[in-house]
Amino acid sequence: MVFRMLRLLGLRKSFGTTEAVKGADLEIQEGEFFSILGPSGCGKTTLLRLLGGFEKPTSGQILLNGRRIDQLPPHQRQCNTVFQRYALFPHLSVWKNLAFGLQMKAIKGQELRTRVDEALDLVQMQSFADRNITTLSGGQQQRVALARALINRPKVLLLDEPLSALDLKLRQQMKIELLSLQRKLKQTFIFVTHDQEEALTVSDRIAVMNEGVVEQVGTAQEIYEYPRTNFVSQFIGSINCLEGVVDSFTEESVAISSEFKRNFLVRAPRDGLRPLPQVADGLKVRLMIRPEKFKILKSAPAADQNHIEVSVKEVMYKGPSTQFLLQAKESPNISFSVTQSNSALTAKKTFGIGDRVFIAWSPEDCILMGADQALPALESQPLPERRVG
Amino acid sequence: MVWAGLFLLAPMIIVFIYSLLVKGVYGGIIFEWTIKNYERAFDWLYLQIFYESLKLATLTTLSCLLIGYPVAYVLATATDGMRNILLVLLIIPFWTNFVVRTYALKLLFSEQGPISRIGISLGFWSEPIMWSNSNGMVWFGMLTNYLPYMVLPLYVSLEKFDFSLLEAGRDLGASAWNNFWRVLIPLTKHGIITGSILVFTPALGEFLIPDMLGGAKVMLMGNLITEQFMKMRDWPFGSALSIVLMSVVVFGLVTILRMWMKEETKLRPEKI
Repeated sequence: MVFRMLRLLGLRKSFGTTEAVKGADLEIQEGEFFSILGPSGCGKTTLLRLLGGFEKPTSGQILLNGRRIDQLPPHQRQCNTVFQRYALFPHLSVWKNLAFGLQMKAIKGQELRTRVDEALDLVQMQSFADRNITTLSGGQQQRVALARALINRPKVLLLDEPLSALDLKLRQQMKIELLSLQRKLKQTFIFVTHDQEEALTVSDRIAVMNEGVVEQVGTAQEIYEYPRTNFVSQFIGSINCLEGVVDSFTEESVAISSEFKRNFLVRAPRDGLRPLPQVADGLKVRLMIRPEKFKILKSAPAADQNHIEVSVKEVMYKGPSTQFLLQAKESPNISFSVTQSNSALTAKKTFGIGDRVFIAWSPEDCILMGADQALPALESQPLPERRVG
Repeated sequence: MVWAGLFLLAPMIIVFIYSLLVKGVYGGIIFEWTIKNYERAFDWLYLQIFYESLKLATLTTLSCLLIGYPVAYVLATATDGMRNILLVLLIIPFWTNFVVRTYALKLLFSEQGPISRIGISLGFWSEPIMWSNSNGMVWFGMLTNYLPYMVLPLYVSLEKFDFSLLEAGRDLGASAWNNFWRVLIPLTKHGIITGSILVFTPALGEFLIPDMLGGAKVMLMGNLITEQFMKMRDWPFGSALSIVLMSVVVFGLVTILRMWMKEETKLRPEKI
């Protein structure tokens, strides 16, 4: 049984004439690490503030365990927030910062002390209890903010870009700490970020937002491998794009004609997670291929394989992988970005600038998309099963 | 340093020395040491005058704080354009001379003044009303004159205040009241203390506003001292009164600052 703990139904929020959130429908399960990913100004922070109770929706509903919470003040929602710049009280010590939420709930004496100590334990800040907030490092402040938000035992923890104020190294470390904390508490986390790598590594599921619209919801793999829209495909990772027209299609495959001499074939991957979209003959489409899906070959493969003859323009060695910029021979205005992972084997056959080579890809490894709008999917994706508890 | 020594310390030393001398018959000074001036300063009559001054200064400070805090809050949370307009409005009165400003206030609220007349023509009251020459008018005059000294330091500390802290407070279950007393006030304490000092200190020695708007009915420390120097020609007694007043202000200030410093050291990083 799938237990949908938090539901957002047609949630909209306008500020004057600008619509920040244009109808969000989401279902979040108990114990899920759910990320809301999008560029700045996409409405993700507004969505989080609607959940936290700092904004009231223009229309739509928020249901927590079946109860409407969208009109309630923040503290009656059983949601607590970790703020972007932590918003810790600078005039109070670490201990008093943690005690604040409990004191507001009139918890006193022994219970107060026990629960504050528990929270300090949770984030390993026991030895900092009497320190003042301003004397803590970014990472320590982050931990205090987490503990302070968790101390009232919320049903849902909202995190507003909590790692953005940290430097790279610390960010990596805190990301892991955050993930292990979430695993330990089995707590529902809703995590807002603009950093796609952050979202991909920590989340159970991700909602990708753009201009106030949730464009796609899915696991990291689904979002990366099977993006539904042009925006999602380009915002997460990088992708190569070929314009073309549907030449012919069957139930299993679609042939695309383009300015290249041969047709390219697209087939649905066997796992069934991404069926082919509905197409029609002559429809303008885009073929999207991730840089690592290409193979670079010295000689032409069989004629029925998807391939293009290219010349090497640039070679960038990046440690674990090498990135090639390649220019199509037939139409020099089309270029490709291709990454190949480095190994003893591939290192030997590294190509140099100016080399004439071929790039090939399998029909399952490319994504078919409408040139102007998203193509209607044949069937909607089911919510992945997650058991309660 | 030389400047301060020459124009601040030296006159104070002179005043202090004068306060220990005897008044001559025609307003001169006789070089004869005495503490009689100080004994006289603690006479019941003068203590009452001092009490009146203290009362007015405290009332002025409290009402400036009460009215100034919301004003500063609005200033700090306004949009940039609005804030500039409001700041200019706050400062404009200072372009007029203090005496002229006070006199204008007196005329505005006098029996034949515009407020009284407009009230009659609008039917709020039938008889001309005389607001001037009353305690209420003195309070109002003090308030309008000293309000900016309170608002500006409050604005500075509210401007630095991180308003997301109030959201954090709400998130953790703090009521508006708790948020105000436990988050906003402690974090804008500096502004409150600075503003209070800036208002209280000159308000304690104020004599022109009570004189002009109160109809010179109440004797205050300021009037008393001025009178000793200008009318009574009793410079030694005037000097003694000044020294007493100054001591009270300095003592009060040091006490407040010391309490403040104590809080500050608590905030400073501990040695690791």
